[in-house]
Amino acid sequence: MNPVNYLYLAALLFTIGAVGVLVRRNAIVLFMCVELMLNACNLALVTFSRLHGNLDGQIIAFFTMVVAAAEVVVGLAIIVSVFRTRHSASVDDTNLMKL
Amino acid sequence: MDNLIPVLVAAPLLGAALLLCGGRRLDRVGHLLGTFLAFASFGVGLALFFSMLGRTADQRPIHDHLFTWIPVNGFQAEVGFQLDQLSMTFVLLITGVGSLIHLYSIGYMAHDEKRRRFFGFLNLFLAAMLLLVLADNYLLLYVGWEGVGLASYLLIGFWQHKPSAATAAKKAFLVNRVGDVGLSVAVMLMFTTFGTFAFTPVFADAPRATQATLTGIGLMLLLAACGKSAQVPLQSWLGDAMEGPTPVSALIHAATMVTAGVYLITRSSAIFNLAPTAQLATVVVGAVTLLFGAIVGCAKDDIKKALAGSTMSQIGYMVLAAGLGPIGYVFAIMHLVTHGFFKAGLFLGAGSVMHGMNDEVDMRKYGGLAKYMKWTTATFGLGYLAIIGVPPFSGFYTKDKIIEAAFGHGGTEGWILGTCAVVGAAVTAFYMSRVMLMTFFGEKRWAEDANGNPPHPHESPKVMVIPMVLLAFGSVAGGFLFNWNNSFVNWLSPVTGHTEGNPPLNPTVIQIVTGVVLVLGVAVAWVMYGRKPVPATPPLGSLLTRAARRDLLQDDINHVVLVSGGSHLTRFLVYLEGKGLDGLVNGIAALIGGTSGRVRKVQNGYVRSYALSMFGGALVLAVTTLLMRAVA
Repeated sequence: MNPVNYLYLAALLFTIGAVGVLVRRNAIVLFMCVELMLNACNLALVTFSRLHGNLDGQIIAFFTMVVAAAEVVVGLAIIVSVFRTRHSASVDDTNLMKL
Repeated sequence: MDNLIPVLVAAPLLGAALLLCGGRRLDRVGHLLGTFLAFASFGVGLALFFSMLGRTADQRPIHDHLFTWIPVNGFQAEVGFQLDQLSMTFVLLITGVGSLIHLYSIGYMAHDEKRRRFFGFLNLFLAAMLLLVLADNYLLLYVGWEGVGLASYLLIGFWQHKPSAATAAKKAFLVNRVGDVGLSVAVMLMFTTFGTFAFTPVFADAPRATQATLTGIGLMLLLAACGKSAQVPLQSWLGDAMEGPTPVSALIHAATMVTAGVYLITRSSAIFNLAPTAQLATVVVGAVTLLFGAIVGCAKDDIKKALAGSTMSQIGYMVLAAGLGPIGYVFAIMHLVTHGFFKAGLFLGAGSVMHGMNDEVDMRKYGGLAKYMKWTTATFGLGYLAIIGVPPFSGFYTKDKIIEAAFGHGGTEGWILGTCAVVGAAVTAFYMSRVMLMTFFGEKRWAEDANGNPPHPHESPKVMVIPMVLLAFGSVAGGFLFNWNNSFVNWLSPVTGHTEGNPPLNPTVIQIVTGVVLVLGVAVAWVMYGRKPVPATPPLGSLLTRAARRDLLQDDINHVVLVSGGSHLTRFLVYLEGKGLDGLVNGIAALIGGTSGRVRKVQNGYVRSYALSMFGGALVLAVTTLLMRAVA
């Protein structure tokens, strides 16, 4: 199977994630979309690794997974804390950080 | 004996200090004290005069260095007095006429509740004027000059409860400031050029200065003289200065103040002789003013303002003579002295008339006063004969000399100046005859004053009549005495220098012409004001008459040129400042403020919006990178 198709899939997943981040309000969904984008990137990295015949991409993908795991921990903690204080998971409700 | 010079200044200064600081305790004796100190100064002046007469001409000037005022390295301001023939002449005039005016004021101001202060100011005036003429350097002269300005301000505005008097005082002070700037610039120029202010070294070094510097100093001195002596273009304060009590007018016009300008020019003769341009400007100013004042004097119905116009005109003669150089200096001073006598006499006479007529000044409401005020009429009449120059009264000798000197200037200029002087003499004869006829002769046109009291004209008390009589003696005999054996020329020429003019006409011819125009002037006045009754309300008059009633539009011209011009300029500058400078600064601030206000909206607090920005930014970066690759 042509590895370029994986790149198309990665681009598609990334686009879905990006659009999700931009249009959805629920913080959890937003978070999942971010994960989707990260994993699309991972897919692209692995594909490039395969295409170039070296392991650089795969190593970076591992790094990404570790960072993503840490990010999920911090992010979910923030979301839970926000939900507790504001009784809402909508990102549009937390708009106090402005002039 | 000769170290008495400081006493001349100190006596009236002490009087001023005592009277102004002494408070009510001195109310009852203040006027006597002030008059006594003025006479004391006159006595010292006389003593010094006789002492001076006892010496030969080159021994006469004496010098008295008092102390160093401002000792700074490279700048020494000395206080010292110099008494030479020129100063002596002024000292005698100032203290003599000034003392008589003090004496007169005892009667004139008898019922004024501020009499003590009035005499204090009079003494201050004398002290300042004496300091001016006795100073041996320009800086000390400047002190006296400013003192005269201050005293004139205080006296013109003496009745400051009248808004017109307060305004007149301010006007006199402000117009004089313009002249004072001229004097201060001249003094500064002298210091930078010669390194000193003292008369002797400045005059000795004058020939070494450049022509431009001398002309500059001369013109600045002329500006100063114009201010103090009420010469065109700084003449406008003199008429309004009539708001002061009449003795003040007499003092300003005869003994102090207006004579200061002539003194300044004559004293600075060494500079003027080397600056022909400044001399030309001086004669032009003199000639213009002598006609200007005479024309104004013809149209005024206020007796004091008519006399004020006359003063302006007579001082114009003196400035003209002083501008002629060595042929004129002596005659300028000679006319100044005789003018001091007859103008003081005329003003005191006018005051005496006002005293008897409920302070009315409008000559159209006088008439027929000769019968009621015999002494005033006689002394005023002698002053009148002197000022129009009837032989053998003093004005004849002194004015005639100036007319001859004007012709003697030579060339076309001489003819023009001489003609101006002769025309001025004719107009003088006209307006003085008009004053005389309207006041003392003709039918009574008396009017009730504001309170409805009809006037009861009466002769003034003796204390007022005696000074008028003494001044009348001066008006009668002064010119003759000064010309006897050329005594005045011989007296003053060691200081000012003197050369005989070279008139294109025989002096006798000039005298005859002057005499003829004099008779003409008197005759015209007789036809207009003597033969037929004087209307109580002024007729409309010709365009010139109406302009002359408004002082030949001097205030209108000043208003249009200086006041309106100045306010338009400031308004323009304010506009420029508001729109230009402020506009620029405020514009930049508004631009930054507006921009930041708009940019701020980007920070809306919505996470998704920030995400969009990030995506946009990343997209731009990516596209740019790709494009750069493609180009490379």
